[in-house]
Amino acid sequence: MNHLIDAFDVLLDPESWSGPGGFGVRMLEHLWYTALALIISAAIALPVGLMVGHTGRGRALAVISTGLVRALPTLGLITLAALFVGIGLTAPMIAFVVLAVPSILAGAYAGVESVSPATTDVAKAQGMSGWQVLLRVEIPLGLPLIIGGLRNATLQVVATATLAAYVGAGGLGRQLFLGLRTQDYPLMLAASIAVILLAIVLDACFEFSQRLLRRLLGLV
Amino acid sequence: MAIDFRNVTKTYPDGTAAVENFTLHVPSHTCTVLLGSSGCGKSTLLRMVNRMIDPSSGAVLIDDNDVATTEPVALRRRIGYVMQDSGLLPHRRVIDNIATVPRLTGASKADAHRRAQELMEIVGLDAALARRYPKQLSGGQQQRVGVARGLAADPNILLMDEPFGAVDPLVRVELQRELQRIQTDLRKTIIFVTHDIDEALTLGDQIVVLKKGGEVAQIGTPENIVEAPANDFVAQFLGLDSARRSLKAAPREGGGWLVSDGRGRPLGVVDSAPDQQHATD
Repeated sequence: MNHLIDAFDVLLDPESWSGPGGFGVRMLEHLWYTALALIISAAIALPVGLMVGHTGRGRALAVISTGLVRALPTLGLITLAALFVGIGLTAPMIAFVVLAVPSILAGAYAGVESVSPATTDVAKAQGMSGWQVLLRVEIPLGLPLIIGGLRNATLQVVATATLAAYVGAGGLGRQLFLGLRTQDYPLMLAASIAVILLAIVLDACFEFSQRLLRRLLGLV
Repeated sequence: MAIDFRNVTKTYPDGTAAVENFTLHVPSHTCTVLLGSSGCGKSTLLRMVNRMIDPSSGAVLIDDNDVATTEPVALRRRIGYVMQDSGLLPHRRVIDNIATVPRLTGASKADAHRRAQELMEIVGLDAALARRYPKQLSGGQQQRVGVARGLAADPNILLMDEPFGAVDPLVRVELQRELQRIQTDLRKTIIFVTHDIDEALTLGDQIVVLKKGGEVAQIGTPENIVEAPANDFVAQFLGLDSARRSLKAAPREGGGWLVSDGRGRPLGVVDSAPDQQHATD
């Protein structure tokens, strides 16, 4: 219990937030890693997922491969990648992308598939081209689920981004590993709490945007 | 615009034939009803006109042009399509749903909305509903929006796939009446699919009674079909054999007649006896 109180003392101390190695900088790094991993993953997984959902082709492949990739242990992946690309941000970024892609992919194809076939059929019958059906009907209607995929991926990456420090990159993992090595448990705990708070805030942002979207799309 | 089905066959890869060797002429500016139970291929036939389904063999012609030579997207934009359960896009407001096709063909938003407002008036929708979403409307209102959307691009051809199948009987009769009124003004070439005999008799200039596999049991005007059903299938389908349509009239006190069906179920009254003079005209 004392560790926990000490941890909050660390977090509430302005000292620990300032400076180049402080919580403030580390948190920004942490957010940056998360954002970068999501942008790369989305750039890969969204187009693929949307096409799988739209055409119905490659669905089995998408399901099996995302299942396989999900089973990979992230720490092992980082270590393996670091053996090839060395210390730094590249190795953890590869692992984060591998971690985020399945959720985003699943959200994208599930979102498109969730649109009733009758709705897409009538859109086609009105004279929409395949692209117009995708852009004007399937994506807007599937958006809550598509964003749900991004939301899951964000949570996974923000929690896992602590591992970046394991191979010499920054982020809140720095404080965590520092605490571990110096047996400074309050510092470790403070870092963990900071990650948890970050995750909660990000999740709340997604919750808010999903609700707003449902309202804007007239789905409520 | 006249529509011709020439020896149209649709066979699915698993070998089932939805339609076999179907031929029909649909005259311009009239309403042709395809009447049959589910599985008779009537929707398949309808969807061949706007190439939602391509026939395995045979051809569908619009004014002597084979639809197979027209690019489907362009073809569909100039053919109105109204389906069961309205098929409105749930994320678009009523006005935007109606404006769908004009917007696709490049009309400005303002023009498309003006056109949509005209159509709301034509189909009898309160202008105040324009900003609502489909699910905020009643079933009958949604169907009216569906009809308005089908008419938005001022197509010469209107395809209607059981458009009033999902609304209650009273609203259905009202919608049928509205459609008749609209058709008197606009004179579109309509193909209307239904399994409801009364609906067919109300709306059809020409009725095509279909058996399984798109086999034609009879083609004729509503009068033809009631007066002289071509075979037992048609008679049975119309309910002629079950005494539903063999009517009896009995004199009422104070003049006029009470009309009832073969089972004695009262149907209505005739105010005075049919004038012999008129009957022989």
